[in-house]
Amino acid sequence: MSLDSPKEPAIELVGIDKKFGAVHANRNINLTVAKGSIHGIIGENGAGKSTLMSILYGFYHADQGEIRIFGKPVAIRDSQTAIASGIGMVHQHFMLVENFTVLENVMLGAEGGQLLRKGVATARKELKRLEDDYGLEVDPDAVIEELPVGSQQRVEILKALYRGAEILILDEPTGVLTPAEADHLFKVLRVLRDQGKTIILITHKLREIMAITDTVSVMRRGEMVATRRTAETTVEELAELMVGRRVLLRVEKGGANPGKVLLSVRNLTVKDSRGVTMVDDVSFDVRAGEIVGIAGVAGNGQSELLEAIAGIRKPASGEIFIDGQPAAGIDPAGLRDLGLAHIPEDRHHMGLVLKFEEYENSILGYHRDERYGRGAMLDLDAIRKDAEEKIAKYDIRPPNARLRTANFSGGNQQKIVVAREIERDPKMLIIGQPTRGVDIGAIEFIHKRIIEMRDAGKAVLLVSVELDEIRSLSDRILVMFAGKVVGEKSGEAGEQTLGLMMAGIAA
Amino acid sequence: MSTASVSLPAWINYGVIPLLNLVLAFFFSGLVVWAIGENPFEALQLLLIGALGRGEGIGFTLFYTTSFIFTGLSVAVAIHAGLFNIGSEGQAYLGGLGAALVALSLDHYVPWYVTMPFAVIGAALFGAACAAIPAWLQAKRGSHIVITTIMFNFIVSSLMNYVLVRLLIVPGKMAPETRTFLEGGQLPKLDWLIALFGGRLGAAPLNFSFLIALLMCFLVWVLIWRTKLGYEMRTLGISPSAASYAGIRYAKIVMITMLISGGLAGMMALNPVMGASARLQIEFVGGAGFVGIAVSLMGRNHPAGIILAALLFGILYQGGAELSFDMPRITRDMIVVIQGMVILFAGALEYMLRPAIVRLYQQVTGK
Repeated sequence: MSLDSPKEPAIELVGIDKKFGAVHANRNINLTVAKGSIHGIIGENGAGKSTLMSILYGFYHADQGEIRIFGKPVAIRDSQTAIASGIGMVHQHFMLVENFTVLENVMLGAEGGQLLRKGVATARKELKRLEDDYGLEVDPDAVIEELPVGSQQRVEILKALYRGAEILILDEPTGVLTPAEADHLFKVLRVLRDQGKTIILITHKLREIMAITDTVSVMRRGEMVATRRTAETTVEELAELMVGRRVLLRVEKGGANPGKVLLSVRNLTVKDSRGVTMVDDVSFDVRAGEIVGIAGVAGNGQSELLEAIAGIRKPASGEIFIDGQPAAGIDPAGLRDLGLAHIPEDRHHMGLVLKFEEYENSILGYHRDERYGRGAMLDLDAIRKDAEEKIAKYDIRPPNARLRTANFSGGNQQKIVVAREIERDPKMLIIGQPTRGVDIGAIEFIHKRIIEMRDAGKAVLLVSVELDEIRSLSDRILVMFAGKVVGEKSGEAGEQTLGLMMAGIAA
Repeated sequence: MSTASVSLPAWINYGVIPLLNLVLAFFFSGLVVWAIGENPFEALQLLLIGALGRGEGIGFTLFYTTSFIFTGLSVAVAIHAGLFNIGSEGQAYLGGLGAALVALSLDHYVPWYVTMPFAVIGAALFGAACAAIPAWLQAKRGSHIVITTIMFNFIVSSLMNYVLVRLLIVPGKMAPETRTFLEGGQLPKLDWLIALFGGRLGAAPLNFSFLIALLMCFLVWVLIWRTKLGYEMRTLGISPSAASYAGIRYAKIVMITMLISGGLAGMMALNPVMGASARLQIEFVGGAGFVGIAVSLMGRNHPAGIILAALLFGILYQGGAELSFDMPRITRDMIVVIQGMVILFAGALEYMLRPAIVRLYQQVTGK
């Protein structure tokens, strides 16, 4: 699909087709991106965005189709040819050597000869030029692990530009950034565009698409379903194109009806494995029938707080009470018996065993329960039947309890976790990043379930780095910064107020 | 392009790929045989006939197979919980002491079938005891199990030297070994099993422990795939972080898994000690513990695969011995080279052919 454009095209994809076994990841994709523009690609998880970009960057080969870069057909065999053709990629998870300096990371793979000295001098000069041209300020001698996430991302962009990238692909670039850092990134991207670079932005955040792109393409189930000029479309239209039906963008919920305190945290201090204090003397309560959200930029202690409440991490000091009973130091199995359910932040490493079949994951943590088999044995028939009921109730697709969990899309994987934790009818639910990497349809579904839990009189503690999510779900919002709860606001608090608190500027 | 994530049908994964690996191993072994001036085809023929040609050969083959099944299971159980137990050799050796002590104490008084259950327990307990300290060090202190189990092989070896030379040796004899067990301390030969197929067992030491090994295969399968404990072991083995989320206690599972693993290795001793030589001899394990690693790897850590892989190594051991007898230029060391080739291609280079097979499969099926 293409829009008539006066500018010459930087990228033309013609009839790109790619299958993985039975999965048709890309179906006859046609896409033209004009030089000097910012083009957004949105789509649900599993829609084929990442596959398409991987083909463009040489990780995969298309079964059919042609790629033209600046009008010339190119056979992109691997990432080296992609780089040589002027394509640069900024991955969602940074590909940086943590204990190298910025300069060393930028040079990596382009050292220029056996001895470093000459390469270092050229790199330093080039970095200075890139900084002047595009406003990408980073100290070349800073060590990566000491830089904030936003700066690390700038290093990734610098790396691509250093290798002569004319076309930049950014994969979900704002997932780890604060609102302020995201704004800065967008400023940089606009400068790059104005200097003639072409930028492809992959994201699932509709707001970003509206804020920064010139044109936008929507992918659904491996197909490119629409391309629009951003100025001529709306968030609602894009959402509908992504999902294939009308979606609710705002969560509908009534007022909270808080009851007795179900979770009580008193003076809790948690240290990480290196002994650094991550949660610093935190106290709060969560009542039955309310959702308490914890807002904060990733890495300010929310993860450790959740893990301490869930019994995975031992608190250094302080107390936790679940329904009045002391719960600090009890292991996760014991806490489940007390009525605590936990949807963890990281479903890949905690919530699921990806190599297991779906039904095996549907009992994780509850596998000792007698309903899944008497005594020491597992009753596979009962487990599978139970899993199939959850699959039907939560519309998990494909509806196959024998499929390996890794083969489900992100949204469906998350539904497996949500189904497992909610269907146990716990007294309270703690949730980390309920919709990270989850498509819009599933987000809507999961948000509804969370509100239902609240309305059924459960206590819900929610941690999310998505401020929108916190604001739309929470009845009360606590803001964490540097391990401390720096303030409490009602669910109606404005984004700016919370943003300043998250940055540690206001209380 | 990455082919690692493409899933292949089971008959390719568990049939075609191991078979091709095996063919490659034999091809390169053949080259070696040819290089020293023997006819590789003749050698292969001699090897197969030696291992499978007569009842006695089969008896020896299955005797070796029995030992490899035990040690293979031992390694596999540990691997399912993410633990690499290199100590099956030492655990089997100490297991021999357990079996021998039971046999020495009971053989005067009761028939073999009364001794046997106690001997199984004794062998398993001693094997488990040998695994317990490395397991505890891993669970509580984080000392790497690979290192500690290797070191325990040496510790057990020295300990057994001491026990046999100083304590259990028959007074007045030179050989560091116990007295010969009476019939009450021996496991009966399986003549009838070979007779079923019309062969004669002859001098081959195939004995009742073969049936115990098969039973253990079944029990291990039940443990890993049908019990809550096995579920916890597999969860820990694949994803320690998911295990901690699920409230599965790391230290507990590590301890239990290693005790089971050590116990299975210990039971291997039943075969040579009570089945074959009817006495505890020095160094009777003879590397079966290490072969168990290859067997488990090649058998994909599944009891059914372990039986097949153990059989293959049984054939190599027995056929190899016959081969070195018939072809003087092929020495015992040459047989080790051939076994090494099999381990190399079937174990270490397991995934070498996979990408090519995946592409071929995709072309053929048009996916």
